[in-house]
Amino acid sequence: MELFTNQILAGISTGAIYACMALAVVMIYQAIDHLNFAQGEMAMFSTFISWQMMQWGFPYWIAFILTLAFSFAGGILIERILFKPLAKAPILTNVAGFIALYSIINSCAGLIWDFTIKQYPTPFGSSPFLGSQLISTHQAGMIGITLLMLAGLFFFFRYTRMGLAMRAAASLPESARLVGINTSWMIALGWGMAAAIGSVAGMMIAPVVFLEPNMMLGVLIYGFAAAVLGGLTSPFGAVVGGFLVGIFENLVGTYIPGVGNELKLPIALALIITVLVVKPAGLFGRPIVKRV
Amino acid sequence: MSAAEEVVTEGHAVEAVPKRAMTLGTGTSLVVLAVLLLVPLVVKNFVIFQMTMLLIYGLAVLALNILTGGSGQFSLGQSAFYAIGAYTSAILMEQYNVNYALTLPVAGIICFAAGFLFGQPALRLSGVYLALATFALATAMPQLLKLGYFEKWTGGVQGLVVTKPDAPFGLSMSQDMWLYYFTLLITIAIYLFSVNLLRSRSGRAFMAIRDNEIAASAMGVDVALYKTLAFGVSAGITGVAGGLGAIAVQFVAPDSYTITLAISLFLGMVVGGVGWLPGSFIGSAFIIFVPNIAESVSKGLSGAVFGVLLFLVIFLIPHGARQVAILCQQLAARLRR
Amino acid sequence: MLKGLRTAALAAAAIVCVCMLCLPDGALAQKKYDTGVSDTEIKIGNIMPYSGPASAYGVIGKTEQAYFDKVNAEGGVNGRKIKFLSYDDGYSPPKAVEQARKLVEDDGVLLIFNPLGTPSNSAIEKYMNGQKVPQLFVATGASKWSEPKQFPWTMGWQPSYEVEAHIYAKYLLKQKPDAKIGVLYQNDDFGKDYLKGLKDGLGAKASMITAEESYETAEPSIDSHVVKLKSAGVDVFISITTPKFAAQAIKKLAEIDWHPLHIVSNVSASVGGVMKPAGFENSQGILSAAYAKDGADPQWDNDPGMKLFYAFLDRYFPDGDRLDASVVYGYGVAQTLVKVLQMCGDDLTRDNVMKQAESLKDFEPDTLLPGIKINTSPTDFAPIKQLQMMRFKGEKWDLFGDIISGGMSN
Repeated sequence: MELFTNQILAGISTGAIYACMALAVVMIYQAIDHLNFAQGEMAMFSTFISWQMMQWGFPYWIAFILTLAFSFAGGILIERILFKPLAKAPILTNVAGFIALYSIINSCAGLIWDFTIKQYPTPFGSSPFLGSQLISTHQAGMIGITLLMLAGLFFFFRYTRMGLAMRAAASLPESARLVGINTSWMIALGWGMAAAIGSVAGMMIAPVVFLEPNMMLGVLIYGFAAAVLGGLTSPFGAVVGGFLVGIFENLVGTYIPGVGNELKLPIALALIITVLVVKPAGLFGRPIVKRV
Repeated sequence: MSAAEEVVTEGHAVEAVPKRAMTLGTGTSLVVLAVLLLVPLVVKNFVIFQMTMLLIYGLAVLALNILTGGSGQFSLGQSAFYAIGAYTSAILMEQYNVNYALTLPVAGIICFAAGFLFGQPALRLSGVYLALATFALATAMPQLLKLGYFEKWTGGVQGLVVTKPDAPFGLSMSQDMWLYYFTLLITIAIYLFSVNLLRSRSGRAFMAIRDNEIAASAMGVDVALYKTLAFGVSAGITGVAGGLGAIAVQFVAPDSYTITLAISLFLGMVVGGVGWLPGSFIGSAFIIFVPNIAESVSKGLSGAVFGVLLFLVIFLIPHGARQVAILCQQLAARLRR
Repeated sequence: MLKGLRTAALAAAAIVCVCMLCLPDGALAQKKYDTGVSDTEIKIGNIMPYSGPASAYGVIGKTEQAYFDKVNAEGGVNGRKIKFLSYDDGYSPPKAVEQARKLVEDDGVLLIFNPLGTPSNSAIEKYMNGQKVPQLFVATGASKWSEPKQFPWTMGWQPSYEVEAHIYAKYLLKQKPDAKIGVLYQNDDFGKDYLKGLKDGLGAKASMITAEESYETAEPSIDSHVVKLKSAGVDVFISITTPKFAAQAIKKLAEIDWHPLHIVSNVSASVGGVMKPAGFENSQGILSAAYAKDGADPQWDNDPGMKLFYAFLDRYFPDGDRLDASVVYGYGVAQTLVKVLQMCGDDLTRDNVMKQAESLKDFEPDTLLPGIKINTSPTDFAPIKQLQMMRFKGEKWDLFGDIISGGMSN
C-alpha cells in the first residue's frame, strides 16, 4: 500500500511537468488549430535565456519576468517572419516548418550553451512538502503555478474580448474575419502567448530534469499525450490529462508484471489511444461535428 | 503554379490532387529510367550504395504518399513498419537462412497485416489525434524491439548483422551493383503497382475519402474498409523498403528505427510534394543529401543549417517538387507554342 | 684513374648495402603508403553524433580536431600533417554505414578513428573488416571490441563496461557481502552490458541483486524508478546511467532522504557534468571508478600531463570546457592515435597501423591516471584495462585502493 501511495505521489509530481507543457500545447492549438513540434525547443531556449540572465547576476524573479516578455516577443516574431508567409501553404508544409524550427533552435542552443547539463534554481526550495518526502516544495510550487496559469487562461478565453476573438479566429477564421477580427494578428498573439506559457513550463521543469538542449524531447511527447487525452480545446482537460498520464505511467511501470517497467511509455500511450477511440475529442474536449 | 494553388481549400489536411497529376509523362519516365539504369555503370560503389538507399527511402516515402496523398490519412509512424520489415528480413535471413529475395514478400505481408490492424483503431481518429497515435507507434517500436522476450530473435539492444547477397548466376558485378539493380527492379514494380492502384477503383475510393469523407460514404464507398486498406498497403510497401534497407545496410538495431526516421520520411513526402508519386524519390534525395550538405557547411550548426535549408525549400515551393514539375510543364507548353 | 673511381663506387655501394642490412627494417625501408597517405598528409576519418540525441558527445570530435591542429602546428607526424575528416551520423546506424563508406571509398582515408556509439560501430564493423580498413580505438565501452581473431581490424580504447562492473562487484563482495543491491540501468547496450558484467562479477552471489529497474532515454525524469528501488528495500544503489539521469538520481535520493551505498558508473563520474549540477552536498560518499583524470579536480593542477592538457585547451581549443569529461577523453584517445602513427614511421600501410596499434607498450597519455598504462598485443585489443576506485568528498574525487585490472581471469 505504501508503494501504491508513493507511486501516486511520484506520478503527481512528474504529472505536474506534463501538465505544464500540455497547457502550452493547448494554447498553441487554440491559436493555430495545430500542434507545434518546436514548442518544447522554444521553451528550452527561453529557459536558457533566463539561466543566462541569472548567470549575469539578475535575481530569479526579474529574470523570470524578462524571460516571459522575451518569449512573448520571440513567439510573435517567429510567427511573423517564418510562419505568416506559410499561411497559405498546405498544413503539412507548416508541420515541416515546425520540424525545421525545432532543428534550428536545438542546434543553436547546443552551440551557444553546449550539451552538458546545468543546474537550474528553483524559487520554492526543494525541501519535503507537508512532511511528504515524495513531493518537494518545488513540485508543489510547480503545481501551484500550473493551476494559476490554468485559471488565467480560463478567464482569458472565457471572459476577455481578446480571448474570445482568438478562439473565433482559430476555429472559424472566415466568419471571424467577417465580424471584424484581425485573424492574422490573433495567430501571432497566440504564438506569443504559447511561447510565454512554454517558457514558464521550461523554467518549472528545468530544476527537476536539469537544463540542457535536449531536455524537452521526452517532455514534449508526454505533453502532447496529456493535451490530447484531456482534449485539445480544454486547458482544464490538459492539466488533468497531465496528472493522469503521470499516474498512469507509474502504475503501469509498477504493477504490470514482466513488461511493465520496460514498456511503460508504450503501454501508457496505448491506454491513451484507447481512450481516444472511445472519446475521440479527449476527456474534456468539445466533440467535433462533421459537416459536408 | 496557379493550378497548384487553386486546389487548396480550407479544412482539408491534404489538398486534392487529381489522379492524372500524380505521375510522370511517358517520355520523362523513360529518361529517368535510362539514367537509373546507366549511371551505376560509371560511378563508384559508394555512389551506387547511396543510390540504393535513395530508392529504398524513396519507396518508404512513396508508401506514406499513398496513405497521406492518396487517402488523406496522416502518419508519423512509418518508421515502425519500416522496422518490422527490416527485422523480418534480417531474422529470416540470419536465423532461418531464408534467401534474401524471399524475405521481402514475407516482410511486405507481415507489414500489410500490421498496418491493416493498426488502421482499425486509427479509423476513429483523424488529424492531430491520428498523428499522435502514429507518433506513439513510432516511439514504442524501438522499445518493443529490444524487449527481453524477443531477444533471441531480434538480438535485443545489440541488433543483428545481415549478410549482403552476392550477384546470382555468376554475374561478374559487385555486391553493391547487384543490390542496386535488384532494388531498382522492385522499386519499378512497386511504383507501377502504386500508380495502377491509385488509378483503379480502390484508388478512386481513397481519393474520394481524402477529399470528403462524408460525401464519399454517401456515395457508397466503404470508408472503413478503404481507410484500413490504405494503411495496410502503405505499411506493406514500407515493410518491403525496410527489408531492402536491412540488406543494404547489413545491420538492424533498435536505434536505426527511431522517431527521427519517421520524421525524415514525412519531410521527404512534403518536399517531394504530397500526392505526387515521383516526388517521393526527390524527397528521398532531400533527406539523404541535405543533411550531408548542412554538415559540410558547419559541423556545430548542422542542425540549424538543415532547418534553414528546409525553410528555404518550403518558402520557395510550399507544394514541394510537384510545384516545380508543374512549372516546367507550363514552361514547356509555352515554348512549344 | 677510371678504375679507381669504379672501385670506390663499388665500395660505397657495398657499404650502403651492408648498412641497410644492419639497420632495423622500417627506418631506411622504402616509404610504403596505403590510400590516404602521401609525403605531406595522412587522411584520418571519423564519425560522430554531432546532431541528434547523443549530440553531447560531439565535443569529442571537436577536441580531436583541435588536438590534430596542435600536432600539425608542431610539425605533424614525421613531417606529415593529419587531415581529419569527421562526419555526422546523428547516432543512426544506417547513416554511420553511409558515412563510413564515404570515408573509405570516396575520401580514401587511411583508417577510421574513434567512431562513436555501440550501434554505429556494430553497423560498420563487418564492412570495415571486409575492406581491411582499421576501425581504430572505437568510442564505446562494449566488451565486443576486443575480438582480434574474428575482427582483426577493430580495436577499442576505453575500459569496457564489463571490466568496470567487475571491479564494483569485487568491491562489494569484499566490503559488503550481505548487500541487497538495486540496479538502475539505461535500457540499451550500455546498460545491458554493464548489468551482465555485474552479474558475472558477482558470480555465484548474483542473487545479491534484488531489484532491477530500467529506464528509457526518452523519459523526462526517473523519479518513479528511484522511488520503486527504495521501496524494494535495497541498501546498495548502482546507477548505470548517462550524466543527466545520474544527476537526477543523486538529487532525488537526497530529496527522499534515502542514503544507500551509491555507486555511479564511470560514464557519469564527471565532477563538472554530474556532481556539480546535482549538488555537491548531495554527492558526498558516492563511489565510482576512473581511468582518466578529471579536469575539474584541483588535485591535478600541478600534474605535468594535465598542465599540457590545459595549455592545449588555452591555445588550440578555447571553447573546450575542461570540466567536460568528453574533452579529456578526446585528448587522450587522439594522443594514442598520434603515438601509433609515429610508431609507424614511413610504413603507413593499414597493415602496419594495426601492427603498431597492437604493440603499444606501457604508453601513458597525459590524461590517464598515474599508473594506468596502455598495453596491447596481437591477442589483446583492449588498450585500457585498469581502473581505480574513488569516493566523492568535498568537491572532488578521492582515489583509494590499488589500481585494479578488471581482467576476466581473476
